[in-house]
Amino acid sequence: MKIGVVTFPGSLDDVDAQRAVAIGGNDAVALWHGDHDLKGVDAVVLPGGFSYGDYLRCGAISRFSPVMAEVIAAAGRGMPVLGICNGFQILCESHLLPGALIRNDHRKFVCRDQRLRVENNRTPWTSAYAEGAEITIVLKNGEGGFVADEATLDRLEGEGQVVARYLGDNPNGSLRDIAGVTNAAGNVVGLMPHPEHAVEDLTGAGTDGLGFFTSLVEQSFA
Amino acid sequence: MPRVVVDVMPKPEILDPQGKAVLGALPRLGFSGVTDVRQGKRFELEIAGEVTEEVLAEVHQMAETLLSNPVIENFTVHVEQPA
Repeated sequence: MKIGVVTFPGSLDDVDAQRAVAIGGNDAVALWHGDHDLKGVDAVVLPGGFSYGDYLRCGAISRFSPVMAEVIAAAGRGMPVLGICNGFQILCESHLLPGALIRNDHRKFVCRDQRLRVENNRTPWTSAYAEGAEITIVLKNGEGGFVADEATLDRLEGEGQVVARYLGDNPNGSLRDIAGVTNAAGNVVGLMPHPEHAVEDLTGAGTDGLGFFTSLVEQSFA
Repeated sequence: MPRVVVDVMPKPEILDPQGKAVLGALPRLGFSGVTDVRQGKRFELEIAGEVTEEVLAEVHQMAETLLSNPVIENFTVHVEQPA
């Protein structure tokens, strides 16, 4: 499948995401924040980084970039979208995902290998994992605290929209240890840790992140 | 030139780590008696022409869509006349 990876001014992990897409068996298509079309891709990844310098709020300016108008429209039609870290923040600012991400409660940038439990393997990005699979991938963020009001949190839990949860110490103050969520339709996924940094044995924390990039292929041949 | 000010604050129930950092620094500098600090943002919008009801309604829209994130922040709008 053709998976677009958007580069915003200040994106950091776009090239790693492209590489992970290719290792996962898909064609990576570079998309630019100023693009007015998605070049015929089947899915989109919004990578990590500090788009628009994190000015105003993380993701707040990116959300209004030309390419995001296309991504929001395509997501509404059911196209799979994965936002990693800053991409997750952009998806929350876009209201494609509920909640918001605020500064880590301990006020320090965190960078470490993080254990997660995959709570929902019914999304197009997580179907390669067994439900409840425990994986270790890289976490690196300064504003990764997931917050939402109690009613929203209860709904997310009740509807199975929590995609991944932190195991061990909560690294950033995320409510209910939430590391990733999906929308009601299940096609849009936001994840604070970085699966694209865990796809090769040579570097990073192993290959536990690869499933996020092979799930789409497995589905298309299923 | 009239100025419209938008003040944005984290909602009371949202943790404010920056405010907490400031609160922690005050006693270290010898300032006592402060029990809590919340840090927000202030936007000063210089308006061309008169500040009508329509202009204020538009500023509210700006505040809702861009200047604040309604999930975690509240905002207020007021007009400041030049001294």
